[in-house]
Amino acid sequence: MLRKGAQIVWEVLSREGVDVVFGYPGGAILPTYDAMLDYPIHHVLTRHEQGAAHMADGYARASGRVGVAIATSGPGATNLTTGIATAMMDSSPIVCITGQVNGAAIGSDAFQETDVTGVSLPITKHNYLVTRAEDVAPALREAFYIARSGRPGPVLVDITKDAQNATAEFEWREEEVKLPGYRPDLRANRETFDDAARLIQGAQRPVILAGHGVIMSGATDLLIEFMEKLEIPAAMTLLGLGGIPASHPLNLGMMGMHGEAWVNQAIQEADLLLAFGMRFDDRVTGNLKTYASRARKVHVDIDPGEINKNVKVDVGIVGDLQETLDTIMPLVDPTNHKAWIERIDVLKGDSAVRDIQTLPDSGHLYAAHVIHDLWRLTEGEALVVTDVGQHQMWEAQYYHHEKPRTLITSGGLGTMGFGLPAAVGAKFGAPDQDVWAIVGDGGFQMTASELSTCAQEGIKVNIAIINNGFLGMVRQWQEFFYERRYAATPLHNPDFVKLAEAHGLQGSRVETRGEVEQAVRWAESTEGTVVVEFRVEQEDSVYPMVPAGADLDAMIRRPPANPIVETATSP
Amino acid sequence: MSSPNGNTPYVSRLHTFVAIVEDKPGVLNRVASLIRRRGFNIHSLTVGPTDQEGVSRMTIVVRTDETMARHVEANLYKLVNVLRVEDITDTASVERDLALIKVRANADDRAKVLQVCEVFRARPIDIAQDALILEITGTEEKIDGLLEVLRPFGIVEMSRTGRVAMTRGSAEPTFNPEFVSAELPEEALA
Repeated sequence: MLRKGAQIVWEVLSREGVDVVFGYPGGAILPTYDAMLDYPIHHVLTRHEQGAAHMADGYARASGRVGVAIATSGPGATNLTTGIATAMMDSSPIVCITGQVNGAAIGSDAFQETDVTGVSLPITKHNYLVTRAEDVAPALREAFYIARSGRPGPVLVDITKDAQNATAEFEWREEEVKLPGYRPDLRANRETFDDAARLIQGAQRPVILAGHGVIMSGATDLLIEFMEKLEIPAAMTLLGLGGIPASHPLNLGMMGMHGEAWVNQAIQEADLLLAFGMRFDDRVTGNLKTYASRARKVHVDIDPGEINKNVKVDVGIVGDLQETLDTIMPLVDPTNHKAWIERIDVLKGDSAVRDIQTLPDSGHLYAAHVIHDLWRLTEGEALVVTDVGQHQMWEAQYYHHEKPRTLITSGGLGTMGFGLPAAVGAKFGAPDQDVWAIVGDGGFQMTASELSTCAQEGIKVNIAIINNGFLGMVRQWQEFFYERRYAATPLHNPDFVKLAEAHGLQGSRVETRGEVEQAVRWAESTEGTVVVEFRVEQEDSVYPMVPAGADLDAMIRRPPANPIVETATSP
Repeated sequence: MSSPNGNTPYVSRLHTFVAIVEDKPGVLNRVASLIRRRGFNIHSLTVGPTDQEGVSRMTIVVRTDETMARHVEANLYKLVNVLRVEDITDTASVERDLALIKVRANADDRAKVLQVCEVFRARPIDIAQDALILEITGTEEKIDGLLEVLRPFGIVEMSRTGRVAMTRGSAEPTFNPEFVSAELPEEALA
């Protein structure tokens, strides 16, 4: 059938199962917006294209499907880039569609012209410049296929305005796209599995490092079976949280810069690391020269480029984690590691008394209190989306996630401003879940205009602003490493409650711990998006902390004079 | 860029990669951008068509150590438009560079320059009043050697292609990546 390029965009999107797109119209994408009205796909109008990219990302991470963002040429497209880079670093499958000036005008510095495929080249998994209507469908189909297969990531399709307006024959074929140079089907050979099995069978002090790959591969159940069969404890990366239930006895918790001391200590004492779908980011390894120096290493990753990238490994297994575990399981006999687990328990006991539990409540509101209570009151079942900074780390430490895809956060790129728009996207991706956006006062203001989107869409996102009046994490680094010289970190903030009200939303403010429960209950029971501002201790820091580049077991602990109190260990 | 774990000895040398790529707009840019982005310097890069329509061949030479060479290979392999990549540095292969050298030579010097040409098997392809253009094909070392000898006469300008390379023997190159112990499903290789 004959269709305009603009219509073909929506024909393909409908057939790819897209039910919602996030975008912002403009000159070069107008034909596509005009065609949109004839297709049953919901469009969310954002207040900035960065918001659209983060929403597509949040949608993708919450649902496991491909998220779609649409923008016009030039500034529209360049505004997407922060969101694209965020998705790239965290392997999130999104497809960005941008309008481009007419083919004949390309290269002439036309109005709103930017070399978008050039700009986005290093931050996309792949990208396309489409200049003919007949190329729209193949490019978009390939984009969806590339975005979701192998190691997922963002793909951008830049379509000239004349290609949107021109007509072409459109025919849908069911079979998967074939790309001769793209190999998501690469798999480790048999000997590699045997090598891995031998190391696993012989280990005395093994630790699993569970990353984002556990969640993306859907390997949770199989991983738990593997852990239990071999009695191997697992540490998680920030993006791996939720991949294994926090309450599982073999789950150690988060590793790395702000991971628990015992987790990092266990990694340093291990004789075997099983890295499953993680990439040895500098935030989890600390000093590479001293990182797990006693351990043999097995690395499973679907991306062959990750094997031996940061850490030299003994066995590298390329492939999907679920399939890999399926293959390894029958190759290993059950083992137990009683002495090792006991040793970790000793480390745990030593660390647990460091800053919490037995100390009296000082009467101040601490961010850790807020997040601990939020976890307790939501029974650990909310879908939490965070921004970036101190609150993000406290969330990771004090909100214990039991299920995959219940924590969405910008890990690799550390994008401030991610929280609110990603939460909006997550709500569309998982409409039945209660979504809490936990954000800092700094990051929230980078994309706070999306409150307007929440109001326009009538969706319910509960926004918890952890307000300490500072760019907290930067302030913490200034406290630790720059002699408390607070350069450009104090914030003069607006009245967040009034800000919510100005958007036609409701807000409330919490200043003492006693008010937290009531505020959370109020937020849950109030219709529409709500803003709860928690005014917390201004100069609190995230502990423990491995300074950047330091040895993983050289952690800064919370000074005992500055205690916080945890009142419960289960919700 | 440092090596993983930072403790592998950093033995840097020229690595020759052969990449078979789809002949599509922007592919050269993707390859160059990738190598730059990952912090490598390109020593030379040549591109040209192959005997197959729509398929080009690149020879990319990068100075790096062993671990990072695997890293370059892996990242090239990941590019959607790259059909196949191989590091042929340690494989028996022939490597050639072609240079056009314009050298100053008046009537007095001409015979001396032509003598040098003969020794290096270079060919004069243009003769003007006070200059010659020489064509030489060979390894980079050989061309460097000729340049050294010609320098006293005065080199006006030079154009070099950079290295092109091909493995010896009749073995067909594999589509399986050599840098990891992994393979493609059999149906993909058929």
